Amino acid sequence: MSYAKPLPKPDPLMAPFWDGARAGRLLVQTCRACNDAHFPPGPVCPACLSPDQEWKETAGPPTLQSWVRFHRAYWDGFRDDRPYPVCLVQLAEGPLLVSNLVGDAAGARLGAELRVVFDAVTPEVTLPKFALA
Amino acid sequence: MTHPLRNQAAVIGVGTTAYGNFPHTDEYGLAAEAFRNALADGGIAKHQIDGLVTCRIPSYVRMGEILGLDPAWSLTLPPHGRMSGIGIIEAALAIAAGQASTVALLYANIGRSRRVNYGGEESPNIWDPWGFTSPGAAHALMFRRHMELYGTTTRQLAEVSVAFRRHAGLTPGAVMRTPITIEDHETARFITEPLRLLDYCLINDGAVCLIVTKADRARDHAQPPVMVSGFGARDRFRSASIPNFDLEFWHDAVAEAGRQAREMAGVDRTDIDALMAYDNFSPTVLFSLEGLGFCPRGEAGRFVEGGTIGLGGALPMNTDGGHLSNSYMQGWALNVEAVRQLRGGNGARQVKDARVIQYVQATPCTRSIIYTRG
Repeated sequence: MSYAKPLPKPDPLMAPFWDGARAGRLLVQTCRACNDAHFPPGPVCPACLSPDQEWKETAGPPTLQSWVRFHRAYWDGFRDDRPYPVCLVQLAEGPLLVSNLVGDAAGARLGAELRVVFDAVTPEVTLPKFALA
Repeated sequence: MTHPLRNQAAVIGVGTTAYGNFPHTDEYGLAAEAFRNALADGGIAKHQIDGLVTCRIPSYVRMGEILGLDPAWSLTLPPHGRMSGIGIIEAALAIAAGQASTVALLYANIGRSRRVNYGGEESPNIWDPWGFTSPGAAHALMFRRHMELYGTTTRQLAEVSVAFRRHAGLTPGAVMRTPITIEDHETARFITEPLRLLDYCLINDGAVCLIVTKADRARDHAQPPVMVSGFGARDRFRSASIPNFDLEFWHDAVAEAGRQAREMAGVDRTDIDALMAYDNFSPTVLFSLEGLGFCPRGEAGRFVEGGTIGLGGALPMNTDGGHLSNSYMQGWALNVEAVRQLRGGNGARQVKDARVIQYVQATPCTRSIIYTRG
């Protein structure tokens, strides 16, 4: 059966992120000039405007900053998953990501440490998701 | 020293349409009706209009053609709710600068009959693969944080929906009028948990028009003028990729916009007789109260308990029922309600002796406007 959920739109700026996820690495765009880490990526650093950017693997553990459950499906592909969990994650470097909380969510609390889990949803696309550490 | 922009512009006409499901018309038809109603309300001749602001109207030039206007100044705004405060402030600034003397601001929304749902393929974003979409979900993320940080409960949040529904019942033409209870809120279906159906704004068709003019001309019309006494602004764009979300509930932005507005208007927080707060989702009302300093940070849940924000309470809010129960006119109708309350004569929903009313939109473009009786 084909994968029915939305897939990332082709975006040259995001390509390193998806390549990293497929290789089991969570990467974040980082400025070579001032070391600011930011997500989603941009053509220049939002802190110092340098165009000299690289992708670095996140260092410390990400933390849980919020979590909700979708009881409504805005795409048919999510209909059978309702209610499905969505979480707000803060990387150790600061950037925020929205993702899915997988596994037991009973211990969810603000600031809880998370570990990244890579979900290869298609041969081309791996989604980084998160579980309570 | 009096701020040079204080009381430089005044609202002299307001017009609204019926609110509901109108598949037979479109934005132009609705906006034209609101425009006619505003001119009639203020006793204003069309030729006096020399400025035009349009918002959520497909083509500003077509709108001008339909209304037969060649303005000296015009401004077109995207279809975001946060544009209402921006539009009114820009009109006041254009008037103060002499670029226009009398500005018509037109907003129309046809989302109900066109089945707009504010999520999914209609508004793509980078989080779609994880199923995260829609402004309400962003507010659910914020409210969960508020619950965890401050112990705010959904029963406290229910106070907002219950109060505004009661107000809508007193407002002619409001879409949702049947009274609700806290229990109704607590048993409504989840949309994005922890938010439920009654935490979400309506989606309805309708249009709004405000007419703003130079203060020294404001007394020449049919209605007592309502002064644009002060305004303030602060944007927060740095986490814009999570739309309609702010990790800090826009607290400092709201505080700053509120302070600017009070200082320009020359009023204190205790002078505010009623507050109109952009309520796309009920949590925003709590964030607005905290940002403006009507209660300490984290205490808005307790503040709204027991009828504080209802008519007759210490700080009546959204006395027309707001976006939650009156009409989803994305801030524009709340500004009209501020004007109507300051004119007086609103029967059971009148705020007694209303002299100073504040509007606030806690959004990525936070704006606040203070209106006073002219």
